[in-house]
Amino acid sequence: MTTTPHTTRHPPHTTLAYLILLLTQHIAAFLLLPLIIASALLTLLWIGLPFIILTGTLLRTLATSQRRTLTHLTHQPLTPTYHPLPPTGINRRASTLLTDPATWKDLLWLTSAPLNLLILALPPTLATHALYQATTALTPNPHHIYDLTTPHTLPTRLLLLTLATTLLYLTYRLTPPTLTLYTRLNHLLLIPTAKTRLTARVQHLATSRANTIDTQAAEIRRIERDLHDGAQARLVALGMNLGMAEQIITHDPHTARTMLTEARETTRQALTELRDLVRGIHPPVLVERGLHGAVHALALTHQLPITVTIDLDGRPTDPVESAAYFAIAELLTNTAKHADATHAWVHINHGRNRLVITVTDNGHGGATTPANGLTGIARRIDAFDGTMNITSPPGGPTIITLEIPCALSSQKTWPSSKTA
Amino acid sequence: MRVVIAEDLALLKDGLIRLLQAHDCTVVAAVDNGPDLHTALLHHHPDVAVVDVRLPPTFTDEGLQAAIAARTQIPGLPILVLSQHVEPLYARELLSDDAGAVGYLLKDRLFDIGQFIESVRRVAAGGTAMDPAVISQLLAPQDQSDPLAQLTPREREVLAEMAEGRSNTAIAQRLYITDKAVSKHINNIFTKLDLAPSTDDSRRVLAVLAYLNGTDNTPT
Repeated sequence: MTTTPHTTRHPPHTTLAYLILLLTQHIAAFLLLPLIIASALLTLLWIGLPFIILTGTLLRTLATSQRRTLTHLTHQPLTPTYHPLPPTGINRRASTLLTDPATWKDLLWLTSAPLNLLILALPPTLATHALYQATTALTPNPHHIYDLTTPHTLPTRLLLLTLATTLLYLTYRLTPPTLTLYTRLNHLLLIPTAKTRLTARVQHLATSRANTIDTQAAEIRRIERDLHDGAQARLVALGMNLGMAEQIITHDPHTARTMLTEARETTRQALTELRDLVRGIHPPVLVERGLHGAVHALALTHQLPITVTIDLDGRPTDPVESAAYFAIAELLTNTAKHADATHAWVHINHGRNRLVITVTDNGHGGATTPANGLTGIARRIDAFDGTMNITSPPGGPTIITLEIPCALSSQKTWPSSKTA
Repeated sequence: MRVVIAEDLALLKDGLIRLLQAHDCTVVAAVDNGPDLHTALLHHHPDVAVVDVRLPPTFTDEGLQAAIAARTQIPGLPILVLSQHVEPLYARELLSDDAGAVGYLLKDRLFDIGQFIESVRRVAAGGTAMDPAVISQLLAPQDQSDPLAQLTPREREVLAEMAEGRSNTAIAQRLYITDKAVSKHINNIFTKLDLAPSTDDSRRVLAVLAYLNGTDNTPT
């Protein structure tokens, strides 16, 4: 897991850009340090708690942005594992911050800011000196250089130029190892400890398991209620009707006939209810045709024209198929309801051991997690360790990507049919 | 009329045999799984087959696949597919060979025996019998620019009846209007949907279904 990061070779201007970015982050860190010390001191007087929350959150933001930059630089994911802050309560938030080991690790990183600045500042300092020397050597009436000497004569000028060139060369040679040193040091400081990672994982599993159990229990309750009030009740009525018809069929065939017609109608209603219920539990077309056929069937009966492209070499497991199907169905329903779109696209493929589903629409965008049913979808695919990513700028388009880790069975899928 | 039945639930299979025999049909074979169905269809070459979608051994869409496979060997072999649920996707697949003589109905339609027997006969005669549930899903207009949105409510009713596979006379009876009125509505529908007119009932139904299924190839 803990391989040492290497800075992959970037072109010089990219390296420079990263250097500047890292420098800025460290200057910010340098400024944050006294603030944190001040709020810690204020806490001793019991008025510093809000400051702790403020500076603590700032620290998290800063460390996260540094992690992101490092990820870009080394192509090794550095995911933060913070305890989530409770939305309210000064004491609770402050204590969460203070008891989170990640906070203390971040603090350690923050105190390393001077050292980091020193490392990072080395190449730019060398380059600046080289530039200073070169310009001095090339100006017609030079000033003192370093307040030591004034290069009037050609040999001194040449000497200065040689020095500048050497410094530039040094800058060029030293920048990559400096960056590598820097990234290694910071990677070490910012990577969550194995314990933190495992704790976070256990916490996540506990939450998602609780959510799964809740969702399942709610589903079972709904099914029980639907059967009890629907099909079961209708069958009782049906039996009653038939019984009465049986009694009166000899002396009042006309009424008996009406009752039989009623009985037939009741049966039809019970069937319709059972069919809707079955569709909600596990759509028959999913059993018969797998995700491939089921999504095509969904697209065919949707209000919007939907283009479906599916590129799978096998079938995911049943639970993943079902979760994926219901997520797609809900996303498409959302699109029809809220997005004001005229077309939608569903793309499904499998790569790096993940089922990747993208649902795109050309609507007005602005879809956010808490606003609609998206939280429910996220929670359900969370049970499979899946993730949901939403891109929905105002004005659209909305692109929602679901990724669910799963393997594919080698079973052949049905040949692709046309889009709706 | 010689009929092959494919249904795995014994109760339902016996019911179907009794029902069809009571209406002048000879049940030449009653099978309960996909491979047997395929063999029976090719061997007996029936006037019509009544087939359940989901059959052993896979309990997926074995019946539908066997029926479609048999139709590639005997083009236009009349098949009436029954199911607990209907999917326009399956209707599209059944209709895709453009040979007609297909039916696709919910098992609920067995309650109205008269209607069901009429559907069986229609399919046997080369016509179509589509479930109203399929048609209503296909008839939902997608937006204002959809030509379906331009139909009057009466025209939509006529279109639905026609898509289910009924002849002009049958439509006239069901909607309590004259044959002439039905023809007029159908002409209007064909003009609004930009479909080539046809006098042959079953060709016309296929054109309408192709249009609704979005697999229409006629020039627009």
